[in-house]
Order: sequence, then structure tokens, then C-alpha cells
Amino acid sequence: MSNKTGVQIKKKKQRNKIIELGIITTLVIIMAIILPSIIPAFRLRLIGRFLSLAIVALGIDLIWGYTGLLSLGHGIFFALGGYALAMHLNLQIPEGQIPDFFNLYGVKELPWVWQPFYSLPITILALVIVPGIAAGLIGYLVFRNRIKGVYFSILTQAALLVFYNFFNGQQKIINGTNGLKTDSSRIFDLVVSSAGVQRTFYIITVISLVLIYLLCRWLTSGRFGRLLIAIRDDETRVRFSGYDPTGYKVLVFAISGAIAGIAGALYTVQTGIITPSIMEVAFSIEMVIWVAVGGRGTLIGAILGTMLVRLGQTFLSESFPEIWLFFQGALFLIVVTVLPDGIVGWWTSYGWDKLRSLLGLKPSLITYPSLVEDPDVQQERKEMSEQ
Amino acid sequence: MSKILEIEDLTVSFDGFKALNNLNFSMNAGELRVIIGPNGAGKTTFLDVITGKVQPTKGRVLFKGRNIKKIPEFKIARMGIGRKFQTPRVYLNLTVRDNLDLVSNQNKNVLSTLFGRANNNETRTVGGLLETIGLDTKANLSASLLSHGEKQRLEIGMLVAQSPDLLLVDEPAAGLTDEETENVGALLLSLAQSHSIIAIEHDMEFVRQIANDKVTVLHQGALLCEGKMDEVQNDPRVIEVYLGETPD
Repeated sequence: MSNKTGVQIKKKKQRNKIIELGIITTLVIIMAIILPSIIPAFRLRLIGRFLSLAIVALGIDLIWGYTGLLSLGHGIFFALGGYALAMHLNLQIPEGQIPDFFNLYGVKELPWVWQPFYSLPITILALVIVPGIAAGLIGYLVFRNRIKGVYFSILTQAALLVFYNFFNGQQKIINGTNGLKTDSSRIFDLVVSSAGVQRTFYIITVISLVLIYLLCRWLTSGRFGRLLIAIRDDETRVRFSGYDPTGYKVLVFAISGAIAGIAGALYTVQTGIITPSIMEVAFSIEMVIWVAVGGRGTLIGAILGTMLVRLGQTFLSESFPEIWLFFQGALFLIVVTVLPDGIVGWWTSYGWDKLRSLLGLKPSLITYPSLVEDPDVQQERKEMSEQ
Repeated sequence: MSKILEIEDLTVSFDGFKALNNLNFSMNAGELRVIIGPNGAGKTTFLDVITGKVQPTKGRVLFKGRNIKKIPEFKIARMGIGRKFQTPRVYLNLTVRDNLDLVSNQNKNVLSTLFGRANNNETRTVGGLLETIGLDTKANLSASLLSHGEKQRLEIGMLVAQSPDLLLVDEPAAGLTDEETENVGALLLSLAQSHSIIAIEHDMEFVRQIANDKVTVLHQGALLCEGKMDEVQNDPRVIEVYLGETPD
């Protein structure tokens, strides 16, 4: 019996995998090929920004939804990635010159931190590795001391404020509060804000989102993913089973930070500017809210939640500019009180069965195998369905 | 016979309160030792020290002759000490099989967990254990659907999957029906053939079922007496601490 169910489960898993792959391919075709040709460029740019935010939401889901660590400081890693790419774009100027804003502060020579960003490959590496290492370091210091729960959240937020103030104060290095503009910069001799370049960034965003989604799926599906869930549910038990949770948490936090870095870079070029305000507390909390709305620990929920909240914001702020914030507040209240598992959580635990019963299909029952095997129970069920 | 666990002059104090007080204890490899004692006797602290959760204030703990002071919990677990908690602690959001699979993983560092797959050996261990603990028909169910007794058995199975030399079992019969208690007792007895076990228990009926070897009685953080179940039961000091009066 257990063998049979094992095979059935494997088959079902395989079928689900094929269905999922089909859905992803269709979505990618729609998003990357069809959408750019039917909606205006400024809308496309908007969607590209939302998709890059969905990437950071995936990272948050990894660390919060699966590992149970609520980070309120992902703005740091998001900004690090954004600044890395913005610095590279600001350096696309004739040789011997330095970006304009340096003149404001009387800086004559390019600061050393800018030097590596002349090269595109190094920039791309840096926008993944710098946030990843920053997250890994913060994570190591925090997790080694067994800080978790609320204290972890507070610490990440404190770190966020430290970075925020630091970036604001560094006028001579990164233009302080004014931030770095990317729109008028050039990349491969094309203006960054031109339609063609923006469309390319949009397509890169779609592809990155899919690849990062698949990476997260891989991370969370095997033993490693189950261990993350185990750490979330009972860390002490994990420790007494011979695992050292610290290493796992540091790695996941670093990956999550690196993902935020990629998201930040893609968001920056599709926004046109990056300033330290990206590290405001409210923005990092909003990231968490997207995941909560979509459904923790589901990955797809993170993407869905981000798109829904952000599209809703855009639509509502266009139609009801004065009161759209109330709608947003109402949405969050509804999710917290009515849908604690988010939209995807509600769908898998309740909505799907409801839909099936509305369509007249039999609800799928989960019971103890011994109960299903019990001849009396089977007889009873047969009689019930005959009535 | 070699000693698997030796404890010498162990004192653990929390802000001056001595949870364990100059405790001396030793047990042989292959023994099934039952530890009893009234509430607050220091039984759980005793396990906490052996597993590295609490550091001794004084004295030392030798496992297979090695001092375990300052070794982190996960390393002690890898050295071969498995612990079952008082309330069943299994991973509720994972299936029964995955619960066992996680623990049976032989290489528990980050990268090999990330890239490795369960080898045949581990799969076989898990399959065998599912049968031993009687949960093979529920292998693919989420552990949250198990009854209390099944969770207790699953957790004991998880201990064994760790292939430890010493099993520490904290009140395995708490909250179980008579039938389930008997099942757990039989399971422990069969495990005792290949492991050293320390079981902490309150339920005297259960203690009588499993105590073939020595029984140790703790009282106020110190060793009160030690011996066969019959001897211990008739020891006037034991009756005093349990009933609060001296027998006439």
C-alpha cells in the first residue's frame, strides 16, 4: 500500500511539474513578447519595476516564509544592488572626466570605491556579491549569537537605519540625499531611458524573475528546503538532530540579500534614479507586506502579492488620488484578519476545493490510509454516494 | 564493561539555585537506565547538561571518556547523543517520511545537504524505521495529522535515525493511553538491545515495564539511591521523598 501511494505521489508530482513548466513558459511568452508590443512604453516600464520588486519579494519569502526570519532590512541589499549599477552607468562618460555631481562638492578625483565599476562584468558581479556578503556578515553576527524572532527584526531595521543615514551623509562619494541618476546615462552608447534600452531591461527583468523563481524552487524543494522549514518550526530540535542552524541561516540570508541586490539594480534602471530614500523603513516593511498578501512560504504568492498590491496602488492612485492610501490600509487589514495565510494559502487550503464543489466535482479528501482501506468505511462511502 | 557516560561532582546553579548538586552518576554501554524523582528533582536539567544545552557550573560530564564541556549541542548530537523531549517535537509541516529523512542524513553540513540526495543506505534506514515505529502506512502524511502517541513514536524513530549510541528519553509515556504506553515501552525495550538508553519517567507502571536494569532516583539535584526496581521501591528514603513521610 505504501509503495503504491509512493508511486502515485511521484506520478502526480511529475504531472504537476509539467503543468507548472507549461504555465511558466506561457507567462514568459505573454510577458516578454506579447506585452511589450501592446502596451505603451511608460506602462511597460511600470510593470518592469513591479516585476523587479517581485524579485525582492521572492528573497523575502525565502528568509521569512520558509526560514521564519522576518527581515525588515532588505532595503539595504536592494539599495546596494541599485547603487552598484547606477555607479557603472554614471561612469559611461568620456575618459578623464568624473560624474558631474562631484563638482558640487569640489571632488577632483574619482573615489576609489568607484574604480571597479568601470567594468560591466565586475559591476554585474558586484551587484550580486556585495549585497550577498553584506547580508551574510550581518546574518553571521546575528545568528551566531542565536538572536531570533522580534530581536532579529529589530536588528535588521536598526541596520537599515544605519545604512540610510550613512548613505545620506556621503555626499562626496555618492551624492548623499540627491542620489544617482541613471536616465540620461549611456549604456553601449545608447541612452538608458530610450524605449529600446528600457524594453531590453524589461525583458531582462522577466528572465531574471523566472530564473530566480526557479532557483528558489530548487532551494526549497529538496532536503535543504525541508531543513529550512524545520528551522522555522523548531530550531532547537534541529540542533539536537546534529545540524548547526547558523550556517543554514547565514546562507539563506546571504542568498536572499543577493536576490534583493539584483532586484534593486533592475528597479533602479527602470526608475531612472536611486537615492537613499529607497532605504526608508516604510519601503522595507512594504516588501514584507507583499509577501504576506500573496502568502508566506509559497514563492508564487510573493510574486502575486507584489503585483497585486503595486498594480492596485497604481490604479487606485490614478482614480482616487486622495483616498488611495485608505484602500491600501484596508487591504492589509483584510489580509491580516481574514486571510492570515495570504491569497495563495487561502486558495490551496480552501478556495480550490470550493471551486471544485461549485463545478460539481468531488472534493478531494485527505484521510488516514488505514481509514480508506477499512472495508466498512468504503462500504459506507459507497452507500452515501448512491443515495 | 566500558562506561558510556560518567558524571563527576556535577553542580548546575541558576542564580544561586542549585538544580543539580554534586551529582555523581555513571552507566555502562548497552544499559537501559530509568531515572525517577519527584518534580524539581533536576531530571530535565540533567538531560540539558548531557546534551550541552546547559553548561555545568562545577564538575564534568564524560561521554565515551570525552569531556563534553563547551561543545555545542549539534556537535554533541553528532558524537552520538540523541534526545527526545518531554512533549513530542516533530516537524509538523513535513511528512512523516521527511521527518525521518532529515535526521537520517549522514552528512549534515550545509553544502552536502543542499547538493546531496538521500543515498540507498539512508532510504533503507528510513523505510525500516517506518516499520519499526508502525507508521509505514502514514509515511506520506503531514506529521501534524498524527495523534499524540504517533508523534511520540515518530520522535523516538527520529532519535534512532540519528544512529546515536546513547538515547535520552524524557517522559515518553506522558499523556498516552495505556495501550500506547505499552507500545512505546515495547519500542524502547527493542531499541535497548542495540543502544544505551536513559529514560526519565514518572509513570511507575511504565517504569516497571521497562526497568530491567538499574533505576536511579534523583532528589533535590542529588542522587538519592540506585538499584533494582524492587530495591528502590522499598527503600524508605524513596518512599519518604515521594510520599512526604517516613514509613513506620
